[in-house]
Parts: sequence; structure tokens; C-alpha cells
Amino acid sequence: METQILLIVFAPLVAAIIAGLGNRMLGNTIAKSITTGGLFLSAALSWPIFIGFLTGTHTAEVVPVLQWVQSGDLTFDWALRVDALTAVMLVVINSVSALVHLYSWGYMEEDPDQPRFFAYLSLFTFAMLMLVTADNLVQMFFGWEGVGLASYLLIGFWFKKPSAGAAAIKAFVVNRVGDLGFMLGIFGTFLVFQTTSIPEILAASAGMSGSTIGFLGMRLPTMDILCFLLFIGAMGKSAQLGLHTWLPDAMEGPTPVSALIHAATMVTAGVFMVCRLSPMFEAAPTALMIVTIVGAATCFFAATIGTTQWDIKRVIAYSTCSQLGYMFFAAGIGAYGVAMFHLFTHAFFKALLFLGAGSVIHAMHHEQDMRYYGGLRKAIPITFVAMLLGTLAITGLGVYHLGAGFAGFWSKDAILEAAFARGTTTSTIAFWAGVTAALLTSFYSWRLMFLTFWGKPRWIESEHIQHTVHKTPEEAGEDTTGGYHPHESPIAMLIPLVVLSTGAVLAGQVFAPSFIDDASFWAGSIFYNENLIHALHEVPYWVKYSAFVVMVLGFIGAYIAYIAKPDIPAKFVGTFGWLHNFVFRKWYFDELYDAIFVKPAFWLGRQFWKLGDIGVIDRFGPNGIAAVVQRGSVAAKTIQSGYLYTYALIMLLGLIAAVTYVLL
Amino acid sequence: MDFPILTTMMLVPLAAAIACLFAGQASRVIALGATLVTFGLGVMLWANYDIGGAQWQFQEKYELVAGFSYALGIDGIALMLIMLSVFLMPICILASWDSIKKRIGEYMAAFLFMEVLMIGTFAAQDLFLFYIFFEAGLIPMYLIIGVWGGDNRIYASYKFFLYTLIGSVLMLIAMFWMVSEAGTSDIPTLMQYDFPGGAQTWLWLAFFASFAVKVPMWPFHTWLPDAHVQAPTAGSVILAGVLLKLGGYGFIRFSLPMFPEASADFAWFVFILSMIAVIYTSLVALVQADMKKLIAYSSVAHMAIVTVGLFAFNVQGLEGAMIVMLSHGLVSGALFLCVGVIYDRLHTREIERYGGLSINMPYYALFFLLFTMASIGLPGTSGFVGEFLSLAGIYQTSSLVALVSTTGIILGAAYMLYLYRRVAFGDQKNADAAAMKDITAREWIMMTPIAAVVLWMGVYPESFLAPMRADIAALDAQLAAAAPASDAALASGEPLSEAANAMEFEGHDGEGQH
Repeated sequence: METQILLIVFAPLVAAIIAGLGNRMLGNTIAKSITTGGLFLSAALSWPIFIGFLTGTHTAEVVPVLQWVQSGDLTFDWALRVDALTAVMLVVINSVSALVHLYSWGYMEEDPDQPRFFAYLSLFTFAMLMLVTADNLVQMFFGWEGVGLASYLLIGFWFKKPSAGAAAIKAFVVNRVGDLGFMLGIFGTFLVFQTTSIPEILAASAGMSGSTIGFLGMRLPTMDILCFLLFIGAMGKSAQLGLHTWLPDAMEGPTPVSALIHAATMVTAGVFMVCRLSPMFEAAPTALMIVTIVGAATCFFAATIGTTQWDIKRVIAYSTCSQLGYMFFAAGIGAYGVAMFHLFTHAFFKALLFLGAGSVIHAMHHEQDMRYYGGLRKAIPITFVAMLLGTLAITGLGVYHLGAGFAGFWSKDAILEAAFARGTTTSTIAFWAGVTAALLTSFYSWRLMFLTFWGKPRWIESEHIQHTVHKTPEEAGEDTTGGYHPHESPIAMLIPLVVLSTGAVLAGQVFAPSFIDDASFWAGSIFYNENLIHALHEVPYWVKYSAFVVMVLGFIGAYIAYIAKPDIPAKFVGTFGWLHNFVFRKWYFDELYDAIFVKPAFWLGRQFWKLGDIGVIDRFGPNGIAAVVQRGSVAAKTIQSGYLYTYALIMLLGLIAAVTYVLL
Repeated sequence: MDFPILTTMMLVPLAAAIACLFAGQASRVIALGATLVTFGLGVMLWANYDIGGAQWQFQEKYELVAGFSYALGIDGIALMLIMLSVFLMPICILASWDSIKKRIGEYMAAFLFMEVLMIGTFAAQDLFLFYIFFEAGLIPMYLIIGVWGGDNRIYASYKFFLYTLIGSVLMLIAMFWMVSEAGTSDIPTLMQYDFPGGAQTWLWLAFFASFAVKVPMWPFHTWLPDAHVQAPTAGSVILAGVLLKLGGYGFIRFSLPMFPEASADFAWFVFILSMIAVIYTSLVALVQADMKKLIAYSSVAHMAIVTVGLFAFNVQGLEGAMIVMLSHGLVSGALFLCVGVIYDRLHTREIERYGGLSINMPYYALFFLLFTMASIGLPGTSGFVGEFLSLAGIYQTSSLVALVSTTGIILGAAYMLYLYRRVAFGDQKNADAAAMKDITAREWIMMTPIAAVVLWMGVYPESFLAPMRADIAALDAQLAAAAPASDAALASGEPLSEAANAMEFEGHDGEGQH
């Protein structure tokens, strides 16, 4: 396994360096072939490892690479750890990344800067692989920040657009707020355990659960404060409530990026981290309660916003945010395997939805506003079917008594059942938040489908389409298509859609027994709560059917509002304008943060500069002295403006004279 | 080494400096050759440095008048700082190749003199020898700003000189007292000398007056932005790269080992100034319209991480501080070179005049990005290793100081990325900026070595940590007795009996299997 894992991790890096530095000298085709080839190699090598863990033939292994830092007792090295948890991430990352590389051949066809794009994608994959193979917290942090860099570069890929530059900075800086927590968490962990090695920390965690530690002058339970700090990092990367504001803006990046980074892989790093450190979190009851509450709140909050957005990518972005909330509260209540399972299935159907949306955007000449879609079902049938399967997967279509369903049915329903079965107050709150969010998920997902693929075409309202067909809506008259003919995407984009569709349909059915029920599959790589899994299967039927019922309700609601009686949404907005505004403006988080962080930072900066530095320090410091000195030193001034040798000589002689004088 | 390598490393640039004074246009080649030879000697020095051997190596000593001697010698700490100086120097010469038009001979001579004095400062083993090198180093810098600087160079050079000289007068007085008390001006002996507690206090303050200005610590920092803005590119590189390290070197060589108790007493004083510096100067950097000012203010914030690390009183803090110094020397030097590249083309440092440089200068944008990322401490670059160790060190002493100092990673990202966005991203606003050519071969040669070392130090910092390990361990042992109490101390307790999510399961009375 040693050679394979080295190849898996470093092939994308090498490809990224060649494509990035070679850039235009290599030309598009070579750069694209090298990066895509590298990723397909990594993906092809990852599946046998995953299957090896699935069948129990592989055991956990650590491959050392290079010494990194040794400072007193603080040591950490570059090393690649592969266990069941890593294997799951390896297939998710490399499969989705390989498909996204392929998809980008079509999607980025006309972009003048393709080598750079592919280099960034491969660089991202490398960083993500370093994150999931980390054997110590610092290497995890390396991957963590590395994916942040790649995300920054890819969000800002179309850097000429001011909005892309702004979104890129926002993503990086908001993530850094989380990273502040992560870093302090690592420092604290080192202080307590005298190591940053993950296995050693996990082994010692339970023994530390009763201790206390000083933090900012308070005495707090050690494990709670450490896990809380680390979780702040997870909140940033996984866009949880409070640190979520960057994710919707990240949609400024090209759509394949949104599929890979901002849906399937990078944003799940926080969930991965909590699962990787699950034995540590299990020693921190309060921190876990916070994880559960934050997850539950995010899954509800993001889903509400998803119901009001018009931009197709933003709807899916909020949906991602919401689904990550499910994963977190699953982890918070101790169902780590279930959380990882949802991460796994979500990667397939959410990448599918994003790539499908990309295909729609591609067909609609870069129009992203769903108000200008409509009736696309017949124009782009393959995309339509793929999106339909993705929607069925995310809404969780499946029937318990038939034992059959789409991917989301298996993973999301298991989360809800686990939350109910856990039986504490917080887990019950999470259960109800999850059920409500499932209702909203079904509503916004079908709203997206109806607005895009059903109804009459409203294409001519779009400026993008107007530019293409050279007509204004008035000139087009009755023909609301404006004479525009959307085309199905090229084959490079359709293959990934087909492959991911298969995953969205089957991933749940095939892998549920291993991920949820098989403690031996995980083989100690996560904390496995046997009793909770038993209890999960024994919840009442109304719990098991609750997700199904709300899914149907959401579908009916969307059908009535967007197909049967399309005037309902406008009436609702008319009556409850304040509520719609509150949700549509994303609960005013951006405005709030702008007012309490961004504006004051610039204001303070100006005050410190103009009043502090210039007004006080300079005025009473050097300028004050200058004013005093200048009165008696006209001579000094003449020297200053010219004779530099004299000046240097005087200073040197003076210095030596002073020294010798005192000595003798 | 069977020849006095340290003296040779000083004689080569000294001879070249004198030659340059008379060489006119040829002085460029002379200076480049001399700095490259000195760098080569530096590599020999490093290669022959015996890690784990004697604390002081390559010692030379010649008695002069009245106990005052010409004594040189280095430990691992000095070695690394000498390497930084001799590495940056040829790059500075290259950076000045075309941009300096007037009095080129004197200009090159000033740089070479400065190299002599900097090597001398780090290698000096006699207190007064150190003082002479340390203070005389100001003179060439003062001239470089005052003669080859920008429009407001007189004010800047005056401010620079005034600040730094006033501090050093107090230090000189303290040195006289120390020599008369201990009876020797030998630095290694003084480092072991046990100065009485009461005297330590005022001695510490006197040295602090000099070092705090050099670092510079808030509120003694206002000379730095002015000096940088007025200095020519290479002047800024040396100022940020090496001269700012003199303060930190002073703390680690003098204040900490010679006055450990006073250092512990004043640790919180240093922490408070450093915490203010991180927040204050980062916010000031955010609102700058002048590129060099922005990077100058960011230097103050970074050097605050050095001072918290130094006064953390543990190995990680000290090693982290040293790595931050080396890394900052490279990275901020490189950032000033990046500014110089576009300043040479457009003759303005105003951020708003640029924009969209990724389009017409893609390789420039790549280098600038790498150094920006190193500046904000991205793991894999040198900036991370230093910052991480330094902050990990301070966390063990105070979680509060660690929290406040770590906010630097957020603010640093904000102002640097904001700068990068305005320079490299966006559309091309001005035709003249859009017409600028990508970096030339000479500029490639300047940037590539720094980029390589930044990544080397980020991925395999062991090369740089190993020579200093024994010296820092010795210093740490010396400081151990005086270390201030930690507020993050661990108190053990009875572990919880079960996992947080442990639960009972009553058996199969539910409604079937999933």
C-alpha cells in the first residue's frame, strides 16, 4: 500500500506544478491531460484501498515521508496515514476530483487560462489529500490551509470581476477566523498531551476528561475547551452558522470548483476532523452539545434561505450548508459513522447537482438566475434526468418497508433516527430541526427543478440571452425563448453526470450496511457507538416515516407554488414582506458583520494611523525633539544636506573617542 | 578552518567597498563579485559549523587597549543571522543594478560597508566591539536613505537616526557599568555572569531602550514606515531583512541570558506592547494607500510575534522567534523587491495606480502570491513554522497573549490579500500599468533564490533549527529558574467514567430493523 498512497497523494501535486509553471508553454491540451491523468490515476488507486478496508483485508498503516519540525518536545513530521476513515475520504476526493477535471474539459473549453485552472484544481486535491492522510494535527492544519489557498485561488479565478476578488478574500479571511480556533486548539492540545500525534492524543483523551485547564483566566474542563477550539476551526471550513457567510459568495468561482470544493470535499473537512478526533470529542460532553446545537441550527437556518434565492448556484450552496449541519449534529450525538456516511453520499449527489447546474448554466449562456429559466426539460434532457436523480437523492426518496431508496434516504434518515434514538434534550431539538430542514430541502429542491425545467421558457428576460440573440424582450414579442436554442453539454460534461447519477442512486443502498452497521469496517478509526446504532434501528415507525412525509409535503408545496398556482409566491411575499426580506437577505448576517467588524476595522486603522502615529507618537516624539533641537542647530542642517563623508567621519570618530575616553 | 574565516568575510566586502569608491560604473560588478564571494564564504562557514560541538566556534581574539579586544566567534544563532545577511546582500546589489543612477560607486560602497558591519555585529564577542558594529551599522543605512532616498528623505533619515541613536546611548552607559562590575567585556563570560537583581532591572531597561527601537516595538515604530518609504528598494530589503533583526538578536544575546530575572519581571510589559502592536499596526496596515508603508507596518506586527516568542521562556518560543526573524527577513525583503519591480516600471508606490497585473505580469503575480502567502503564514512556507512555534510557545505561558497575538493571522490575511487583490486582481485600470512587461531575467535571479529558501524553510526547517538547537536549549535551561508562572496550567482530575455519548440500550422492543 506504501507506493500506492505516495502516488495517490503526490501525483496531483506533481501534475499541478508541471501544469502551473509550464502554463502557456505547455499549451492547453498537455496541461489538461497531465492533471486529469494524474487524478484518474489517484482515483484508480484509491478504490482498491477502500475495497480492501471494506472487505477487511487492509489494516491501518502510516507511511513516513519526511521530518518536519522538531522543537524541544514539540515534534511533528510529514507522514501519510491510511485507515478506514482515510480510505473513505480518498475515494470521495479522488473520484469527484477526477470527474470534475474531466467535466472541466467541456465547461472551461473557451477559457483563455485553462492550464492555470487545472493546476489549481490538482493543487487543491493534493492539499485535501494531505489533510485526510494527516497523522498529526499540524499536518492536518497544513492541508486545512492548503485547501483554503486553493479555494481562494479558484474563487478568484476570474479575477477581473471585482465580485470574484472580494469573494476570494472573504472566503480566506472568514476561514482564518476558524483557523484561529484550530491553532489555539493545537497549542492547547500540545500543552496538555505534549504531542500533536493524533493516535497518541486519542489514546490519552479519556484519561484527561476530568481535568481542568486555565484559559483566559478561567478554569475550564480541559477536553471541552480543546474540542471547542478545534470545532471553531471546523465551523469555518464547513461553513457553519456564524462562519458560513463566505460559502454562498464562493459561488463566484467556476461551477466545477463549486462542485468539487464547495460541495463534495473541502467543506466536509470540518466533519472529517470531528470524526477523526471522535474519541477526543467523546471526552468532552459540553463541546459535543455545542457541536449538536450548531449543526442543528445551521441545517435549519441555511435551508430557510435556500427557499428564497433566485441564483441556481446559491440555492445549492445553502443546501450544502444545511446538509453539513446534518453531518455535524450526527457527529454531536455520537453517530460518527452515520455522519461519515452522509458525507459520502452527499459528495455524490451534491457534486451531481452542482455539475448539473453547471450544465444548465452552460446551456443558458452563463445565466444563473432561475427566473429566466423555465421549460428546459426538453432542451437538455440528459442534464434534466441527472438533476432529477440528484434531487431525488437529496430529498431522500425511499420507502422503509421496501428497503429501497436513493442515497439521501439511507444517510439522512439514519441521522434523523439516530438523533431521535439518542434521547437527550439537545438531540431531540436536533431531530426536529432536521425534520423541518428536510421539509424545506424538499421544497427548495423541487422549486429549483420546477423553475428550471418546467413551465414556459422565460429566457428572453435574461440579459445574457438578449446579448446572444440580439433582441430585447419587446422585439421578441410572444416568443419568450427569444429564438434561443439551448444545447445539451458536450460529452466530457455528460460522462461525469452519468457516473455521479449512478452514485446518487446506489451509494446509499450498497454501502449502508458497512458505514452504519459494521463496527469492524471502521476498525477503531472512529468512535463507534454500538448501542446508539442498535437504538437507531428500533425507533418508532412514525420517526422512520417522518422524513418521507415531509419530503412529500415539500414536493406538494413546491408543486402548488410553482406549477399549479404560480401567483402564490408573489402573494406570500406581499403579505409577509418582512419575513421574506429577512430570509431573502440571509438573516442580515453580511450587513451585521460589515457593521460590527469590517467598517470598524477600517475606521480604527485610520484613527490609529492619523491620531495615534502621527498625532501623538510623532508629535511628541521625534518632531517634538526636532523642534527643540532645531533652534540651536542651523549648522547641523547644512551638514545634513551635503557633506556625507564628513558626517560619517564625525560620527565614527565621536563614537570611538567616547569609548576610549571612558576606558582609559 | 585554518584561516580566520570571520575576519575574511569582513575583509572581502571592506576591500571591495574601498575599491568601489574609486571605480565608478565598474563598482556594480565589483560589489556583486564581492558579495557573492562573501556568500560563498558563508556557505563554507555553515558547512564547517559543527552542530553539537563547542558553543562558540571559529573564535578569533586579539587583545587591544585596556581589556578591549577584537574578539569574534559565533554560535548557531549568530550563524543563521550571518547567513541571512550574506544571502540577501548579492540580491540587494542586483536590485540596485539599473535603478541607481547617481553616485553609484558610493552607493555600492555603502552597501558593502553595511555588510561588514552586520557580520561584525553578529560575530562580535566583545561588548564594545559589538557596540561599535551595532551602532556604526546605522551610518551606511542613514546615508542610503539620506542620499539615494525619495523626496522626503531628509526627514526620514533624521527620524531613523534620532530614534536609534537615543536608545543606544543608554545601552552604552549600561555596558560601562557591566564591564566595571564583571571586570570583563567578553560576551560569553558576561552571558554566564550573575548580575545582582536590583541592577538587572535598570540594565534591562537600558538595553531595552536600544533594542525596542530596532525591533521596532510599539510605540517606537514610527521611524520605520518613513524610512522604508524613502529608502531605495535595496535599502528597504536590508532594513527589513537584517537591521530589524538586530533588536531581536540583542534580546536573545544580551537581555535574556544576562538579565533573566529582570526579563521575567518585564515579560508582561513586553507582552502588552506586543499585543498592542499586533492589533494596532495590522489595522493601520489595512488602511495604507502606499505599498511600502503597508509592508512596513506589517513588519511591526510580525516582529511583535518575535518578541512574544522570545519572552515566552520556553524552547518553542525562542526557536519560533528565531525562525520568524529569518523568515521575515526573507519574506519582507522579497515583498519589498516585489514593490521595487513595479516601482522601477511606473515610479509610484500608490496601490490604486496598479491593478490586474496577473494579466500582463503572470510570473510576477506568482512570486508576489508566494511571498504574500508566506507573509500570512501559510503552512509549507517559512512564515508558518516560525509563527506556529512562537505562538505555541507563548500559549504555554499565557493563553490570553496567545489568543491576542494569534488574531494576527486573521488581520494579516486581511491586509495582505486586500493589497494583493488591488495590485494583481481586478481589471487593468491604467494603460501604463497594463503595458508593464513581466519580470526580467535579472529579476528572476533575484526572486527565485528567496522563493526556494522560503519553501525549504517551510517544508524542512530542520536545516535551520539544528544549528541553533543546542544554543537555545542552553538558554532555555538558564532561563528556567526565572520563568514567569503559566496561566494555562493543567490540573488533573478524576476522569469521567464513560464517553459523552455512551448510552444504555434496552433490547429489541422497537419496531424492526432498518
